[in-house]
Order: sequence, then C-alpha cells, then structure tokens
Amino acid sequence: MDQRSELMHTLFGRLSWEAVPLHEPILLITFIVTAILGMSLLGYISYARKWSYLYHEWFCSIDHKKIGMMYIVLGLVMLLRGFADAIMMRMQQAMSFGDSVGYLPPHHYDQIFTAHGVIMIFFVAMPLVTGLMNYVVPLQIGARDVAFPFLNNFSFWMTAAGAVLVMMSLFVGEFARTGWLAYPPLSGPAYSPDVGVDYYIWSLQIAGVGTLLSGVNLLATIIKMRAPGMGLMKMPIFTWTALCTNVLIVAAFPVLTAVLVLLSLDRYAGMNFFSNDFGGNAMMYVNLIWIWGHPEVYILILPVFGVFSEVVSTFSGKRLFGYASMVYATVVITILSYLVWLHHFFTMGSGASVNSFFGITTMIISIPTGAKMFNWLFTMYRGRIRFEVPMLWTMGFMFTFVIGGMTGVLLAVPPADFVLHNSLFLVAHFHNVIIGGVVFGVFAGINFWFPKATGFKLDPFWGKVSFWFWLSGFWFAFMPLYVLGLMGVTRRLSHFEDPSLQIWFQIAAFGALLILFGIIAMLVQIVVSIRNREALRDHTGDPWNGRTLEWSTSSPPPAYNFAFTPNVHEQDAWWDMKARGSQRPTAGFIPIHMPKNTAAGLVLAGIAMICGFALIWHIWWLAGVSFACLIGGAIYHSFNYDRDFHIPADEVRVVENQRSRQLALQA
Amino acid sequence: MSADEAISYYDMKGEHHPENGTMLGFWLYLMSDCLVFAVLFAMYGVLGGNYAAGPGPKELFELPVVAVNTSMLLFSSITYGFAMLEMARNRKSATLSWLAITGLFGAAFVGLELHEFAHLISEGAVPQRSAFLSSFFTLVGTHGLHVSFGIVWLVTLMVQVGKGGLTVENRRRLSCLSLFWHFLDVVWIGVFTFVYLMGVLR
Repeated sequence: MDQRSELMHTLFGRLSWEAVPLHEPILLITFIVTAILGMSLLGYISYARKWSYLYHEWFCSIDHKKIGMMYIVLGLVMLLRGFADAIMMRMQQAMSFGDSVGYLPPHHYDQIFTAHGVIMIFFVAMPLVTGLMNYVVPLQIGARDVAFPFLNNFSFWMTAAGAVLVMMSLFVGEFARTGWLAYPPLSGPAYSPDVGVDYYIWSLQIAGVGTLLSGVNLLATIIKMRAPGMGLMKMPIFTWTALCTNVLIVAAFPVLTAVLVLLSLDRYAGMNFFSNDFGGNAMMYVNLIWIWGHPEVYILILPVFGVFSEVVSTFSGKRLFGYASMVYATVVITILSYLVWLHHFFTMGSGASVNSFFGITTMIISIPTGAKMFNWLFTMYRGRIRFEVPMLWTMGFMFTFVIGGMTGVLLAVPPADFVLHNSLFLVAHFHNVIIGGVVFGVFAGINFWFPKATGFKLDPFWGKVSFWFWLSGFWFAFMPLYVLGLMGVTRRLSHFEDPSLQIWFQIAAFGALLILFGIIAMLVQIVVSIRNREALRDHTGDPWNGRTLEWSTSSPPPAYNFAFTPNVHEQDAWWDMKARGSQRPTAGFIPIHMPKNTAAGLVLAGIAMICGFALIWHIWWLAGVSFACLIGGAIYHSFNYDRDFHIPADEVRVVENQRSRQLALQA
Repeated sequence: MSADEAISYYDMKGEHHPENGTMLGFWLYLMSDCLVFAVLFAMYGVLGGNYAAGPGPKELFELPVVAVNTSMLLFSSITYGFAMLEMARNRKSATLSWLAITGLFGAAFVGLELHEFAHLISEGAVPQRSAFLSSFFTLVGTHGLHVSFGIVWLVTLMVQVGKGGLTVENRRRLSCLSLFWHFLDVVWIGVFTFVYLMGVLR
C-alpha cells in the first residue's frame, strides 16, 4: 500500500487489484463459471431482444404480482449461492480430520459459514417469504394492489441491491469472517480491519431499508384495503400471519438498523460502543441484535404457518379447524417473540432469575405452536385428503418441525443450554426448524400458488422427486449434527482431531448431497413445467378447488386483479361464493384506477448500492456524491405528480370477455 | 342469510374505495423510527455513566444554551401548527409564511446544536473519548440529523406548494411532515429530560 500515490488513494480508497482474488483457485473458478453463466444469460436476453420487455414490464413494474415473483426469483437464485456455501462446508468437515486439512483454508472457511448464514436468512428466506406475501396478500383481501405500489418496487430493488453487494464480496475483496451476526469485538475495527464486515454492514443496511418499507406497506395494505365485508376475523389465515409478520418487521428491523449503525460508528469513526476500552460494552450488541434476531425467526416462520393452513384446508377439502384459535395462537407468538431474546445467550451470565424468566417465556411459545399443529391435524382428520405436492411438503413439515420444536424446548432449559450452547446440537436445531419449517413452507407455497401466477401447474412428478430428496436429505444431514452436538462438538470448526467423529460428518455430507439432488429436481421441475405448460395449463383460475379470493380471478390474474371488488360474507369467501352459486359478472364494466410504472425505484436502489460500495472501500468522494444523488433523486421523484391512470372500461371488457370464453371452453 | 338473491357478491358500481393508507403508513414508519431512538436511548442509559476517566455531563453541559435550543424547537412545533391551521383555511401564502418561520426555527435549533458540538469537541470531549460521549453524540446527533432532513423536506414542500398550490397531494404531504416534525419535538423532550436535565443531576 505504501507505493500507492495519494491520488490513487483518494480516487479508489482501499480498492486495488489485490482485492480481486486471482491467487485463490476456488474463487477464480467460481468467478469464471459465474461470468460464463451470467454472460450467456445476458447474451440470451439480448439475442431474444427481451431487454425492453424486461425493463418496462418487470423492472419498472409496480404491480405487486410481478414484484412478488421477482422476490421469489431473487430468493431462488440466492438459494443456489447459499447452498453452494453449505455443501462446501459439509465437504470440508467430512474430509478435514487429523493430518488432512481439507481443501478450504480457515480464512476462507470462516467467510463461507458467515456468508451462508447471512445469505440464507436475508437473501433467501426473506425474499421468498416477502415474495409470497407480496403476491398473495392483495389477492386474498380482494385488493387491486398494495397501499404504496411505488414503495413496493423500491423495496424490492433495495433488497436486490443488498444481495448484489454480498455477491460482489465474493470477487472483490472478501466477506466477514465473524459468523452471521458479526459479534464485536471480533467484528470491531481491531480484529476485523478489512472490508468483510463492511460488506456485511452495508448489504444488510440497504436490504433492511427495503424490508422495513415493505413491512410498512403490507401492514397498511392489510389494515386499509380489505374488500368490503372482510372483517379481521374473516381474513384468510395467510393474511393474518402476514399481518403479524409485518408487525414484527416494523417493530424489529429498526433495531437491526440502529445496532448496525452503532457498529459502523465503532468501525468508521472510532467510537466506543462495543469496544473493550473506554467504557464500551460488547454485550449490548449481542442483546440488541437478538432483540431483532429473535422476532426475525418468527418473521420467517409465521407466514409459512399461514401457507400450511391454506394448503391443509384446501387439500383436505374442509374449512380450517379452529380458525379463531389459529388467529390467537399467531398473535400470542407475535407478542411472545419479543420476550425471549436472551435465550440466545444464557451463558452471558445474567444470573438465575433472568435466565429462568427467558427460559420459561421460551417454553411458553411451544404452547400456541403446538395448538397450531393440532389444528392442522384436526383439519386433516376425516378430510378428503389429496396428496398433491403442496400437501406433501406440509406433511413433511409437520413431521420434521415437531422434532425441531422439541429440541428447541430442550435448549430453552438454561442448565441444558450451558452444555449445548454453541454446539452442533444448536446448529441442528435451527436448521431443523428453518429447513423443516420455512423452506418446506415456501416450497409448499410456491407449488400451491404457481398455477395462480403463471396459469399452469408445476409438474407433480419432479415436485415429488424434489420433496423426497429434500426430506431424506434433511434427515441425513442434520440428525448426525444432533449426535455430534450432544458429544460436545462446537460449531464453526474447519478441522477436527478425533477420527471417531468423522463418520457422522460423512453421513451429514451425504445428506447435503441428497439435498443437492432435491434442488436440481426442483430446477428440472420448473424447466419441465415450462416446456409442458400446455398440458399443465389451468383455464379456470381455481385448479385446486380453493377457498380464498385469489382463486376467484383468472390465472394469471389481470393487472387489476378483480374487475369488480368482491363483497365478502364468510371466512372462506370464494368457497362461500362457489357454494351459493354466485355468478361472475360479465357486463357493466367500469374504468379501473391504477398506479403507473416507474423507473425511480430501480434508479434509487442502484445509487444506494453504489453508495454502499463506496463506503465499504472508503471511497469517500463517491460515497458523498452518491448520497447527494440519492437525496436529490428522491426529491426529484417527489415532483412527479402524474402517478396514476385509468384502465378504460373497454379494455377491461376485452380482458374479461376472453376469460369468459376460456371458462366456457373449459365447461 | 336465507335469501341468497339479496346477497351481493361483487361491488358492481365501483363504490368501494379503499381508504387512503398514507397517513397510517407514515405513522407506522414513525413508530419504527421511534424504535431507532429507543435503541439509542437504551445505549445511552447503559453506557451514559461510562466516562472512562474523561469528562462527564456536569462539566460539559451548559443548560442555558440547551434551554434556548429547546425553545427553538418547541416554537417551531407551534408555528408548524399555525401553518396547518392556515392550510385548513386554504390560505396558501399564509401557510407558506408559517412554514418558512418553522424552517428558520428548525435551522436555529440545528445551528445551536452544531455550536454546542463544536464547543465540546474543542474541549477534547470528542465522541471517541468515552462510551458516554459516543452514545451522547450519537443520540443527540441522530435527532439533529432528523431535524436537518426535516428542513430539507420542508423546503421541498414549500416549493411544491408554491408551484402547485394546496392540492390534495400537497396537503397529504404537509400532514405527513407535520407528524414528523411533532414527533421530533416529542423525542427532543426525551433527550432534554433524560440526557441534559438528568445528566447534570448525576
């Protein structure tokens, strides 16, 4: 660095060619493969002349359905990256015993486990769950869009910008080596002086803005935009869980934002919040990040509880057992999720009374969760169950999640936690609930709503292949970790000495391989379904004999969702409409008021990403300029008052007549 | 529900207009902002006594200056209220004048705060000196940044009202900024009590 001139330093900050890891063969190969894949994708889009279509119809779209689908695509793409990290760790741990050091140096291994956690939570689970909520909630409540359509687009692009920054860390510089929550003092300036933690901070800050705004958006949507007659206790359960999740988002993400700002001030301005000297207190960070972090796991799991509720009642052909108790259980979990954060660090030494309090509140959460489980079981009881793919995922979930829940109650006992803390038992537990809960739930949801979004079902054969690989892969991959954890093996290790442990890691690696087949089968499922789309097509808009309003409109729904807003009289509104033989109106269309597309979200999020990159690399002039552009751009956008238009009645009539013909053809 | 014919399943006349969610949405955003301040207050509460052998509140805070500063912000809240009253009477130029006065009070507040910060820094009480000073500068500075951002927004809105008049959109925007401005006032009451008054009592 000494040779670098003052000018170069001003222009590029810490950034230099050395930041590009040309000397690391694994990264170089990854880069080449990614570059080839990326270039061929871009080339294909150019060849097919789809850029204008993509830009105008998708990137600038403020249609909640398209934004929801983009969230899901983002989540699935990032799943591939997060899983690549996972299988690399499993391989390393299966080989690295005794004299063999495996193939990953610790420096690289530490980045991988950090990136795996960060990506899977923030850029896989969050986009998938947000995507489902974005797509489904307005349709379920009979609305034409969300409350703030532009903000929705902006939120998506902020999330995507965060994801791009994380991906960039792979090839420019490095990622954090701190674990997914970046505890100080390890993540402070003294022990992590390089860019890794800064990539962590800024990608999460930028994506966090998106998440918070989408939380505000969906909350306002659910509270203000329900169809007439849909009182709170007539809302579909998925919408209820989305409501609670978004309450959690609005009440938890600001804490993450604030605590990351404080960590940044320690790192960038030399302040002393979490330092060891000058009165700092690192345990404040741990407390605050878990005050966000615990609600976060419920932000992920509550919506999929909603998915399972919809799937179980639809495929059992019955209304959900215990609707009211399901709602109350969801609300109770929402509240309790704020009263348990300390169970993540019983070993901090808060004393017996504090630990007992948090241990007991944690155990209490299993009661409403158990109530939900029984509600699903009783819904299936004496139902006419159809074992379609979404239902398989749901049953796989019920079987798997219960085990994860029980190991969670085990960990909630403070004395047991002192033994199991930081062990592979914990790792097995949270993968048990996140894979067995969130991932299975999202796949159930994708298989369930895919025909709504595209007009054709996903191929059931490959869906079942994917399901069985995932389910068996999960059990093979994580049951050995429970065993290892009980034997006292700690997490985040890249090398082991005791050869008797190796067999368990090899079984776990085999499980990861099975999950890989599950992921491949899912990709095959998507490709096969697109190829066979004519055979899989559904013209009715209601392929599963559904119960809620999203199934009352066509598949895919028109831009305006509903030509006429439905009036709701019962809990399962569409089921009620079908039972009473309500007729879809075919005349008397009126113009529909809709918001206009805009590029502002894409542009502003792009500028935010540049600003983040500049801050990571200490390129101060660029950070200043891009921040000024961000504020200026937002102000400029606020001068645009021309934000909506009316779809003329004639156009609505054309679309609706086409649907009438399709329905007639089907009949 | 026996007479099925009487039940209407579709809103055929387009009578259902979802309520505008902007005020609710903005209020929700403010509550999330409130949590950011809650975290900063909690940090100050825990670290505020950790002077690390450096200066403490008693040596540093000059209550008369802070009192003047507080009154600036409180006056600005009142004048914003007057602007909203004029908006309700549909008087554009009076609204703009009160907004300008509000902005000036806000600028005076930020100016006095910067003056206080410069004074502290010149005495060696820099944010890096101790956890107390880190949390003090961050809490008070975050509030100051909010006020500065509010001023930028206020000027933007004055231009927009000047150009477009008191249209529905502009009224909605003025109401949002009103919520924001009063919210910052409430937060400042907390800062004044918790940081300054209780600080010199310590």
